[in-house]
Amino acid sequence: MKIILNNREEMLPGETLTVSEMLLLKKFSFKMRIIKINGVLVPKDKYDSTLIKEGDNVQMLYLMSGG
Amino acid sequence: MRSSDIRNHLSRFRVGIAGAGGLGSNCAAALARSGVGTLVICDYDVIEPANLSRQYYFTNQVGTLKTIALKENIARINPDIIVLAYTEKLTRTNIPKIYSGCDIIVEAFDRDDMKEMIIETVQSEMPGVPLIVGSGVAGWGNTDSIRCRKIDDTLYVCGDESTEVSEEHPLMAPRVGIAANMQADTVVELLMKKSSDYFRL
Repeated sequence: MKIILNNREEMLPGETLTVSEMLLLKKFSFKMRIIKINGVLVPKDKYDSTLIKEGDNVQMLYLMSGG
Repeated sequence: MRSSDIRNHLSRFRVGIAGAGGLGSNCAAALARSGVGTLVICDYDVIEPANLSRQYYFTNQVGTLKTIALKENIARINPDIIVLAYTEKLTRTNIPKIYSGCDIIVEAFDRDDMKEMIIETVQSEMPGVPLIVGSGVAGWGNTDSIRCRKIDDTLYVCGDESTEVSEEHPLMAPRVGIAANMQADTVVELLMKKSSDYFRL
């Protein structure tokens, strides 16, 4: 499937992936992040149950301590 | 638009600032100088000597609550700005109450888990209110990597999104100030896009 990940097109295997599977696949290991799919924020406890589908717009934002 | 018209326009808005440390105090000063009418500031900390390396406070204010000191400093910049200062710890419960009526909210916390908490809270409890987050401001150099990234109409992030505070990457005035002023600039930009008709609704 083709999705938009942080404004860039990405090809991912399969027809759907959970958020957790996508993070594992892309080796995104950093823990503090915010994920929005099509403008809707996905809470951390929903990463295992929220599906990413063809054409989805996925935005990821990394949170760094310091401010 | 003349600069007096710009100030007049900005004076009608209310902006929330969550945290009054390096990002929050510098962002508040920039917004006060720009003439944003009402600033809602919340923090529970007291000023320590180490804070003076980057925060908008002065030696005689050490030991004072940041909210009290910042209100004082803003009054010295522009006494017409209304400052609503809350001295408490921000939580999922009080954020929607404290920042109710704000046109925009600036996230200015130090800790990553607090940043996550306010993003989740504002996005779910205050839909439509833009939140300007700071992330990745520690260290020095490589300032081109600090940018303002628009996630969507309700979420912006200022910083490099990669430099975390550590022994090797302490928080210092230049980069913290760049990100704080970038947050303030994003606020001004968004407020300038709101037409004056907005107030007649």
